[in-house]
Amino acid sequence: MLNRTRVLLILLCLGVLFLPSLAEAKKLNVATATTDLAALAQEVGGDKISVESIARGYQDPHFVEAKPSFLLKLRQADLLIVVGLQLEIGWLPPLINQSGNARIQVGAPGYLDASQFAEILDIPTGTVTRAMGDVHPLGNPHYWLDPDNGRRIARGIAGKLGDLDPSNTAYYQQRFEDFDKRLSAAEQKWDAEMQPFHGRKVVTYHNSFPNFAKHFHINVIGYVEPRPGIPPTPSHTIELIGLMKRENCKVILVEPYFDLKTPQAIARDTGGTVVQYLPSVGGEKQVTNYFELFDYDIGLLIKAFQTTQ
Amino acid sequence: MRDLEDRVIALEGQIRTLKAAAAQPAPAQPTPAQPGPAEASVQNQAAPTAAPPAQTQEAALAATTAQEPTLGGAGGSAAKALNPDISVIGDFIGALGGNSQQNSVSLQPIPAFQMHESEVGFQSIIDPYARGDFFLSFGEEGVNLEEGYITFTALPGSFVAKVGKMRSAFGKVNTMHNHVLPWVERPLVTNNLVAGEDGIDDAGFSIERILPAPKGIFLEATGQLFRGDSGDVFHSSQRSDVSTVAHLRGYRDITESTNIDLGISYARGHNDLGTNFLTHLYGADATVRWKPLRRSIYHSFVGRAEFIRSDRQQLPTTQKAFGYYASGDYQLARRWFLGGRYDHSDRSRDSALTDKGGSIVLTYWPSEFSQLRGQYRFTRYANNIDANELFVQLIFSLGAHGAHPF
Repeated sequence: MLNRTRVLLILLCLGVLFLPSLAEAKKLNVATATTDLAALAQEVGGDKISVESIARGYQDPHFVEAKPSFLLKLRQADLLIVVGLQLEIGWLPPLINQSGNARIQVGAPGYLDASQFAEILDIPTGTVTRAMGDVHPLGNPHYWLDPDNGRRIARGIAGKLGDLDPSNTAYYQQRFEDFDKRLSAAEQKWDAEMQPFHGRKVVTYHNSFPNFAKHFHINVIGYVEPRPGIPPTPSHTIELIGLMKRENCKVILVEPYFDLKTPQAIARDTGGTVVQYLPSVGGEKQVTNYFELFDYDIGLLIKAFQTTQ
Repeated sequence: MRDLEDRVIALEGQIRTLKAAAAQPAPAQPTPAQPGPAEASVQNQAAPTAAPPAQTQEAALAATTAQEPTLGGAGGSAAKALNPDISVIGDFIGALGGNSQQNSVSLQPIPAFQMHESEVGFQSIIDPYARGDFFLSFGEEGVNLEEGYITFTALPGSFVAKVGKMRSAFGKVNTMHNHVLPWVERPLVTNNLVAGEDGIDDAGFSIERILPAPKGIFLEATGQLFRGDSGDVFHSSQRSDVSTVAHLRGYRDITESTNIDLGISYARGHNDLGTNFLTHLYGADATVRWKPLRRSIYHSFVGRAEFIRSDRQQLPTTQKAFGYYASGDYQLARRWFLGGRYDHSDRSRDSALTDKGGSIVLTYWPSEFSQLRGQYRFTRYANNIDANELFVQLIFSLGAHGAHPF
């Protein structure tokens, strides 16, 4: 009798030990190229997935290093979500090849290119050459900074998660619907906040703002870079200062990974202000999800527009 | 209204996928009649309010084929859709200076001007299980297959296998193509002990796997078997004279901006004296990298060292030669890199002869696709022959955007 109780106790203890790991094992492992895709996947995946981004939010997503430590993440992944449009062309392909993970190879069920769901701007027409700088022939890959695209991407991810984990399809769908509702409410608030500033002119360092600008009716009149990926040149900077003065543009938006020297010089010359906006979730510690990203950027923009009126 | 917009955008996404399939080689399914799991799953993910999502690329290809009139032979964009990514890298070198003893035999000469190598790369996904990579180097006098191999990416047990001709995994520099080196030429130890510019580059097969390791440590083992012909290091006199290479790599992130990469290597093969004469190579390499993520495009540092020992069986006695290099490269600004390298190496056939040297390198990158490099090299070859040389190199890249080396 005593023995049986002991055996039962041991089995129970073992069961308790193994239960969490079993629950853990059930979770879908999702790896994403950027933090924004991780944030959106987390919104729809909830506690049924564990998600991790390769790039950090304050890092230039064009120039991530293909570190072997990322392979450790990728070899476990059930799903890899990428921005696509050749944003990750310099670093992700070798990681995928070396991962030894058949599930996430290009074209496999666990490979999801989020750009297929989103509205893409700046798709070049006509001949594309590198004389245009590091141009993306398939369109501008910085498309996630528009809440409507966020919704579309989240819907796409929810669908994919349902395919990979059919027993939780309803869960993912329900989470998406909940996200959709919260996003629509937030969008109304953001639209109202930005409404007084429709048509205001800004300059950005890199062309990573077109979707945000389109959604919130901001007018991007120029870039600190003379061509995408080419550092500022004195002649282009002088031209840009002239343009900003003519157009009465006083706001210069800079991604957190660019040097502030040239933007600050431009600001001094034009009486403008430099705003270090965040293109991605995690760009600052307090920005931990997709909603906070817009709250943060819209807060900065409103302040900049008000002070430069 | 939003639904309508979403539908239009989903359709645009489909068109983009079609265009991408035409612009980039897609993984062609060998049996389109039987949809693979990828196809089935993607088609199942129809969003509730949106139009059907983008189809898989082979479906897209099929659609392209249907829409495009066939122009016979290689005509039509459907045919182009299966073309591999093509890149060309030009490498021009100019050299000044020379040995102090003009009458002595010139050591490792680089001519005044040289279109050193033009590397043409063809890369593509072959099928859902493999990809192919070809790198042909066009020198001024001939063409050489630098590498050409198939990589099996979907093997069970997390193995990755390569079959073909490839640069072997012996150390770090041996795996690098000329255009990704931080210097104009290769270190003395490579030239003296590891078959010079081409290094151990041979036909055979390779298998690698990530090994289980404590959390945060990346451990990878590679084993390779080659025919046994690599420059002046290995020579195969008969079919059984194969060479082997083994490499173990350990990597760890110290912080998010700093990491350390260590490796040990071993290679064994028969040398040019015949089947009964072996050469064993032992190597250890260490790399420290620093790149602050917020300013990753402006500042970085790579410190690297490789130590190589060569045991070459020959008459009358085995020559035990040792050599190493240590280098550092600091990125001063977005476009500027400053580096230095110290070289020290015995010669494999006569280990009593030792060459030493040092280099200073300055590199300017006008854009991601070209670089201009100047290198001053001082070498004290064995028997006190000094050489002072200045090299200028221009590297430029055309076509498909390759991956950045790590």
